Amino acid sequence: MDTPIRTTTIDGNEAAASVAHRVSEVIAIYPITPSSTMGELADEWSAAGKKNLWGMVPRVVEMQSEGGAAGAVHGALQAGALCTTFTASQGLLLMIPNMYKIAGELTPFCMHVAARTLATHALSIFGDHSDVMACRQTGFALLASGSVQEAQDFAAIAHAATLKSRVPFLHFFDGFRTSHEVAKIEELSDEDLSAMLDEGAISEHRRRALTPDRPVLRGTAQNPDVFFQAREACNAFYLSCPEIVRETMDRFAERTGRSYGLFDYAGHPEAERVIVVMGSGAEVAHETVDWMVARGERVGLVKVRLYRPFDVASFAAALPQSARAIAVLDRTKEPGAVGEPLYQDVVAALSEARQAGAVSGEPRVIGGRYGLSSKEFNPAMVKAVFDELSRPAPKGHFTVGIVDDVTGLSLPVATDFDIEPDAMVRAVFFGLGSDGTVGANKNTIKIIGETTPHAAQGYFVYDSKKSGAVTISHLRFGPGPIRSSYLVGKASFVACHQFEFVNRYDMLEHAGEGADFLLNSPYGPAEVWDRLPLEMQEQIVEKRIKLHVIDAYRLAREIGLKGRINTIMQTCFFAITGVLPAEEAIGKIKETIEETYGKKGGEVLKRNFEAVDRALAALDAVPVPATATAERPRPPVVAPEAPDFVQRVTAVMISNNGDLLPVSAFPVDGTWPVGTSRWEKRNIAAEIPVWDSSICIQCNKCALVCPHAAIRVKVYEPALLAGAPESFKSCDFRASDYAGFKYTVQVAPEDCTGCSLCVMFCPAKDKANPKHKSINMEPQEPLREAERENYAFFLDLPEPDRTRPRVLDVKSTQFFQPLFEYSGACAGCGETPYLKLLTQLFGDRVLVANATGCSSIYGGNLPTTPWTANREGRGPAWSNSLFEDNAEFGLGMRLGLDSQRDTARELVARLATGLPGALARELLGADQSNEKGIAAQRARVEELKRVLSGRTDPESVRLALAADYLVRKGVWIVGGDGWAYDIGYGGLDHVLASGRDVNILVLDTEVYSNTGGQQSKATPLGAAAKFAAAGKEMPKKDLGLLAMGYGNVYVASIAFGSKDAQTVKAFLEAEAYPGPSLLIAYSHCIAHGYDMAFGAEQQKLAVDSGVWPLYRFDPRRIAAGQPALQLDYAAPKIPVKHFMRNENRFRMVERMGAERARELAAAAQRQAERRFHHYQQLATLSDAPPTGEKTGV
Amino acid sequence: MDLSTKYLGLTLASPLMPGASPLVDDLGMVRRLEDAGASAIVMHSLFEEQILSEEREARLLESHRESHAEAASYLPDAGIFPLGPDEYLEQVQRIRRAVGVPVIASLNGTTPSSWIEYARLIEQAGAHALELNVYELATDLLEEGEEVERRVLEIAEAVVGSVSIPVAVKLSPFFSSFANLAARLDQAGADGLVIFNRFYQPDIDMEALDVLPTVHLSDSGELLLRLRWLAILSGRVRASLAVTGGVHTAEDAIKAVMAGAHAVQMVSALLKRGPEHLRRVREEMVQWMEEHGYESLAQMRGSMSLVRSGNPAAFERANYVRVLQSWRA
Repeated sequence: MDTPIRTTTIDGNEAAASVAHRVSEVIAIYPITPSSTMGELADEWSAAGKKNLWGMVPRVVEMQSEGGAAGAVHGALQAGALCTTFTASQGLLLMIPNMYKIAGELTPFCMHVAARTLATHALSIFGDHSDVMACRQTGFALLASGSVQEAQDFAAIAHAATLKSRVPFLHFFDGFRTSHEVAKIEELSDEDLSAMLDEGAISEHRRRALTPDRPVLRGTAQNPDVFFQAREACNAFYLSCPEIVRETMDRFAERTGRSYGLFDYAGHPEAERVIVVMGSGAEVAHETVDWMVARGERVGLVKVRLYRPFDVASFAAALPQSARAIAVLDRTKEPGAVGEPLYQDVVAALSEARQAGAVSGEPRVIGGRYGLSSKEFNPAMVKAVFDELSRPAPKGHFTVGIVDDVTGLSLPVATDFDIEPDAMVRAVFFGLGSDGTVGANKNTIKIIGETTPHAAQGYFVYDSKKSGAVTISHLRFGPGPIRSSYLVGKASFVACHQFEFVNRYDMLEHAGEGADFLLNSPYGPAEVWDRLPLEMQEQIVEKRIKLHVIDAYRLAREIGLKGRINTIMQTCFFAITGVLPAEEAIGKIKETIEETYGKKGGEVLKRNFEAVDRALAALDAVPVPATATAERPRPPVVAPEAPDFVQRVTAVMISNNGDLLPVSAFPVDGTWPVGTSRWEKRNIAAEIPVWDSSICIQCNKCALVCPHAAIRVKVYEPALLAGAPESFKSCDFRASDYAGFKYTVQVAPEDCTGCSLCVMFCPAKDKANPKHKSINMEPQEPLREAERENYAFFLDLPEPDRTRPRVLDVKSTQFFQPLFEYSGACAGCGETPYLKLLTQLFGDRVLVANATGCSSIYGGNLPTTPWTANREGRGPAWSNSLFEDNAEFGLGMRLGLDSQRDTARELVARLATGLPGALARELLGADQSNEKGIAAQRARVEELKRVLSGRTDPESVRLALAADYLVRKGVWIVGGDGWAYDIGYGGLDHVLASGRDVNILVLDTEVYSNTGGQQSKATPLGAAAKFAAAGKEMPKKDLGLLAMGYGNVYVASIAFGSKDAQTVKAFLEAEAYPGPSLLIAYSHCIAHGYDMAFGAEQQKLAVDSGVWPLYRFDPRRIAAGQPALQLDYAAPKIPVKHFMRNENRFRMVERMGAERARELAAAAQRQAERRFHHYQQLATLSDAPPTGEKTGV
Repeated sequence: MDLSTKYLGLTLASPLMPGASPLVDDLGMVRRLEDAGASAIVMHSLFEEQILSEEREARLLESHRESHAEAASYLPDAGIFPLGPDEYLEQVQRIRRAVGVPVIASLNGTTPSSWIEYARLIEQAGAHALELNVYELATDLLEEGEEVERRVLEIAEAVVGSVSIPVAVKLSPFFSSFANLAARLDQAGADGLVIFNRFYQPDIDMEALDVLPTVHLSDSGELLLRLRWLAILSGRVRASLAVTGGVHTAEDAIKAVMAGAHAVQMVSALLKRGPEHLRRVREEMVQWMEEHGYESLAQMRGSMSLVRSGNPAAFERANYVRVLQSWRA
């Protein structure tokens, strides 16, 4: 080590990517959690001109899927480039075919995987090894890191070893636990990396490249005569690979002082009980083993580094001969196998090692599962495994970390087992995503990491909601190394950045004895104690917790930083914990503020400085009484009338205690009840809309635009107002067909997110005072109680008769019950109004196939979900298969439904004579094109079931089961633009071409919203997005036009904010059209970078400027001799830049360079005009019927 | 023909220059203006309010950061987009590099301290002169006219005292005693007065009950107000005078110079007809002057001012009375 060690504080993704970017020439990527950051960083670095070791800027290309990324790197490797890619989970599965090829061709290549759970009974974005384990057969070497430091170090080792060995490497680390953990690590310099890479091996790789100057053929097809032998020809490379990795590790150790082996042993030299594990679990096991050994126990740990090729001799050498009981821990599940993969490998390896004489004893080996989907794995669990190994007959195939009360496989785990040294500062922070807590904590870790010799670690837990999301930060600082790859248990400091959490979460369960508890409270030191629930007071007294309060929101408001309390709370953290001397801490906080806003940051900078300077004066210590005094316990999580399942399971998850639920609590196949979001009252709106009936024009537009179904309308008989709460508002309904009815606009106060989209969209202004509208935002808290009661009364009012409206338009449809409500989508979401409308129109008779993405997350992420049923128990049946296959999945639903329907029809026909009157004829000939027809058919089906109810002949029994399929059912295929334009386009295209009766709704946010705003082919020209940071140069793909090309597809381009009537019409036409329909729906999104309250206004500008067309292409019109295409928008009437200037995705491009932005804006202007002109011509074309004369037939 | 003039202590080849406008956002346009004979480039204003609103926007973006497991942010890293006046300051430097004529920056601040701070930054960025755009509507019912004027004076004094480049003050005509304010600004050290600012006047959408921001371009009719006040000030203040608002033709420019303008700024005409219009105006000015036997521009400057014109009463109240009477007749 001739250069001084430089440390840096980064997360695992950045650690791996920083190596990969420097040693690669071509990087093909595709976003997928939790690996997206690696690709984003690589792209950002290349965009900023950062060079690799050879002085070149790596080319970064975003592909349409991981399959595409794998194909692209395969090609680039063949052409002699040094390549990398980053992925996880389903993405890794899509790469597998190419991985076989790359390995079969002995190609040096290293990919980095943030290992993530594969979707089975449910999707999970979190970490385990199920994806990596699916690659065991590909021929890739598998190298496992267990910490942020290792993620960097092993990235370097893998890139070096693949060049020498020609075996491609999959380097992986645990998704989230390592990929997202921020830690202080020793940095690898460019010189370190250069020293590791063998230039000779690189030259060899270049010489193997495909080139017409030395042509060869690669990728032949081989026959039974030779394939087998040729496949065996690679053996020598696999045999030598472990030795090459070992040499590489040795060279690495020489250079950096950090020493690794293929298998690393830690623990007692004569250990009797040994755990074998890989990944971040090895770190916590290491920590626990050290603690146990220090207490005289003979325990040890084998960390698996190079999992493939599995080197039996090295494994045997790492294992102490004294071992008599071994537990092999797998972070994956392989149902039906003898045991999980690592367990099987260890058993086989031991057997071979014994035969070879490398192992003398006959240790008992058991296998167990831990940590699926980032399930916590902590020292208590490690201890539980060692305890199990002490038993005379330890349990095989156990699980640890859960309670399995069904098959009884789980090990008991002590709840109060803490091995962390007192010198370690441990802190837990509860905040909201929007209050900046996580960002401030990341800064804190950097400050401490960079100014003290201490080790530092941060890990962040997010909830699954996109609005009002709760974040929990777990920080550790102290003498290193920190191997604690688990959540903080006994914190010395707990902070609550949102006062209302005291009534929702048991935050002090994380607090250790004598901890400091910092509470952001609107109540001062004299008053706050009495505002705490009993449970919290008891904890404070019992654990002798020191309570501190600050009214950070008030201070932030005073300073002009409304809502941003992060710097205030951060300053208090430093002051209370004393991790750094106060002066130094304040100086450092100010430095990071300067880094964030720039030295000339102006007002924001000054205000943040002021926040730091004034924080401590506003901080108070609260005297704690000797006993708890509150009479009020924490309120129940869900209302007492919630169904049993919601009480027993959902409520436990809502209160952050899902870890405690045993196996028996769960459905066995991933099937969950609908309509659970209504039980989770989140109260996240500061202000809610309030209705003024005197101005209201009863247009119902507020209900249409509400993303959360939190503002609703009803008409009802006046008599029903009897017993209405005092403040319940009502007025005469002004419509001739409902003469004498009453009308109400009602807000759901506890479900509203406060986005104010409804207020912005409300067209009814007070003529004398136009700033007062028919709905206006007012503070929620004073209204909460009364409106809660009003809303309950409103919900109890009868639902309208669906067959009554003469026309279905914006107004009439909004009286229909939404069957998609209170989702976790962002406040002001531009997608959900479409989904809600869909359920209002057809919700009682549809299957929904939902592509993975935002809509599958706010639509299907536990604990509570928004899809629900009506009073008759009917509602959308929803499922998510994958990201890439959604169109096919939906088509399958259609085929399945059709097959059931055909069965029912066939049976009705067969049994017709035995059915009363004209029932069979009516059932088979029913017109189900409208609500009346469907209602009539439902009545007939009931009649049919009644008739069949007593019968026992097989056909009647089968018909009784299939009878409901005689009622028309629709299939809606729903997803975002990432799915429809990119990864799922092949399938979507095929489904459109199939001619089948499916409806496809593309919620087009013009980026991959869920993974953080990466560009898709739907991203418009001139917009900045991740992977197009400088602004996209290519125009948006015209998906609608491509679909129109088939001629038999109904296509509509819609934007509810511009023309809601056209949106409703398009939905109705699409559903009615008997073939494939495609609705492309403009969806404003937080990734566009502006306040979502203006979402509908921006939609209008998008259409008025011609950026977003409105049209309907209806093939039925062709037969009538009319042009199929009807334009629903006029020639662009405002400049495109008037639309662009309001959104940061465009303004960013401007800030980077005004000239280029102007060029892009001009190109966008031309594109909008060209597109209108093109459509205008298409809208005049009608098909001339083919004639024999013209064609000469 | 000698069209040279001295404005803000800068010796310029002609009085013709673009006024503060978005024209100069584009370097290509800036070069075309210089080629068309612009004697200086006046930049659009650095609005402090705009900086503040961008900061608010940035905070809005922050509120979506670090709140969901799948995405720490939703747009490319904002870290590479510095807030504050940097972009403007860089544009000052870019224009300086792109052209040979002086660059006059323009500033609209909100608080006295920010006026000074930004004025210094603009000076450091290399602007040859600074135009203070005192663009403010006094809408407070409790604020007296004297207070409004004092604020303008304080800002001018403060900025003049903190930078060493020449400083002009661009004013609106809506002061009860404009001549007095101009004289006091002159005393406070303002090197130039730019008359007059044109307020963007919002329109009303009767259907939607909305207020619509509108921009309507000037016409030559608006020049008359300026001619009168140029004439009133010309020769009576030390500060040099610039006219802006309503200059569209060579005739307009000549009249402005005759009324006392050292600099003639054009915006609407250039927006309508392109930067090359500046060359035409210049050529026609020269032609007119040659036809009428002028040797230099200096000869005609202020010739029609209150002090020097044969009919000073025409610029004063009597004018109003007589014109009205003549109209009746």
